[in-house]
Amino acid sequence: MSLIQATRIRGERFQKFIVSAPPFVFLLLFFLLPALIMVVASFRYPGEFGGLAPLFGDLPAGEKGLTLENYQIFFSDFVYAQIFLKSLGVAALTTLVCLVMAYPVALLIARSPKKSRDLLVLLCVLPFASNFLVRIYAWMIILGPLDLLFTRFAVIISMVYVHLPFMILPLYTNLEKHDPTLLDAAQDLGANAWNRFWKVTFPMSLPGIFSGAVLVFIPVLGMFAIPEILGGKDDWLVGNMIKESFLGTRDWPFGSMLSMMLTVVVLGIVALSMAFAKRGRRYA
Amino acid sequence: MRRSPLLWISAALVYAFLYIPLIVVVIFSFNNSKLNAEWVGFTFDWYRVLFNNEGMLIAARNSLFIAAMATLLATVLGTMAGIAIHRFRLRFLPFMTITPLAMPEILLGVSLLIFFISAFGENALSLLTVIIAHTTFCIGFVAIIVRARLTGMDESVFEAARDLGATPWQSFRLITLPLIKPAMIAGALISFTLSIDDFVITFFTAGAGVPTLPLTIYTMIKIAVTPEVNALSTLMMLLTLILIIVATKVAPDLFRSKRLVKDDDAESNAQIN
Repeated sequence: MSLIQATRIRGERFQKFIVSAPPFVFLLLFFLLPALIMVVASFRYPGEFGGLAPLFGDLPAGEKGLTLENYQIFFSDFVYAQIFLKSLGVAALTTLVCLVMAYPVALLIARSPKKSRDLLVLLCVLPFASNFLVRIYAWMIILGPLDLLFTRFAVIISMVYVHLPFMILPLYTNLEKHDPTLLDAAQDLGANAWNRFWKVTFPMSLPGIFSGAVLVFIPVLGMFAIPEILGGKDDWLVGNMIKESFLGTRDWPFGSMLSMMLTVVVLGIVALSMAFAKRGRRYA
Repeated sequence: MRRSPLLWISAALVYAFLYIPLIVVVIFSFNNSKLNAEWVGFTFDWYRVLFNNEGMLIAARNSLFIAAMATLLATVLGTMAGIAIHRFRLRFLPFMTITPLAMPEILLGVSLLIFFISAFGENALSLLTVIIAHTTFCIGFVAIIVRARLTGMDESVFEAARDLGATPWQSFRLITLPLIKPAMIAGALISFTLSIDDFVITFFTAGAGVPTLPLTIYTMIKIAVTPEVNALSTLMMLLTLILIIVATKVAPDLFRSKRLVKDDDAESNAQIN
């Protein structure tokens, strides 16, 4: 190896180090390490005054290091699994309503002249830029006089309101790329509008639907503010349980365990959607 | 193209659904009544009340300071991450920049809460912990935007610079930096907006001593709905609106949704066509 090559490679390594080390170290410290501590915390006991028993140093008398207790509580009482199931149900319903509402908008934008598309997209994103709590509050004002506050309906409608753009954007990105001549061909072959949509447009848009569904489904699962502010006691979701464990009862190991379970569910959904997206692609 | 009246009407209804609630908030912020029920008369009173509210001004100052610091940190670190991911084959950095954006926010919030308290003690939560928490999720957005910009660029300019004898630093300062500047500005504006609007992660990392605007709205709407909240909401909408307009002027590509969606989807669509 010549000297020039050697110095170039060393220079390359040095550059790589210079640009990647600072963000890497920052995220290692403030993303990965906290995540790992949460994993450990889910196998531990709460501290004397709530929170978490010290990770290092002497443990208080009578206390052991690690425990499966938090997970045992979760699996021994159906109540917790039930809240997870309810959260999955609310997330599924929200995703479905988002899909039904997003489709006409995405389709309209995709079939509009190129010039007006950016403006129509911006119009979808704009309300999304207002503060999350402001958007919830807006529904408080509207639903209050209608006597619909603190109901499941209020929870779902504001969930949809907050997450709708996440469905519109990927769907539009997909629909925009469809070749319009396919629809002409379908028409020439005698397909009516109904069949043209269900046999051509819809199957081809499945990848966009899956991207949007994941973007809506996952944040809904962890939401606590909407059920807390607009829902009744019945409407508590996983996010509310986690929040309550950390700030209410201050049982951090239990809260960590719930967070771990939520993480597992989220990862499962991501894996599932990737498998589905592959099938959707083959279908298309 | 095929746009049936049915499509027009249903899309128009959805657009109405998106805007009516926010318009209601704005209208009631000028309503001369303590109740958000019917229109009584026009007034600026709620804005006056707001500006005389000491707590609100402190919250606004905190929010602006946090957003400014988090934006600064996230723009520098996120740009580095974007360049690093684009230029080098890295295993962990792409994962570590994107994952905080993909998980439910509450998970990042509570894990940082445990981390700060167990590492720095019971009174650790402060302005600094909020700034760190916001930086953690803003880095990913800056990195994605910067990387998208780099991906669209012609590699030969860098080779040309090298062939003409530029040192790596010169080629960065004179070529890369001017080219990615719009992406950095767009990333910074997005970070600022996200930070100033963030509620969930701030909620877990701010503790009691650091009120921010979203935390103040949360407390207010949990206790009672007053027209003051309408006024505050309207002002916050105005602020984000201004930021968005600036962002679209600086980087017109930003809201073409292509940039927001993974390459994965583009690939699948390529297969369709």
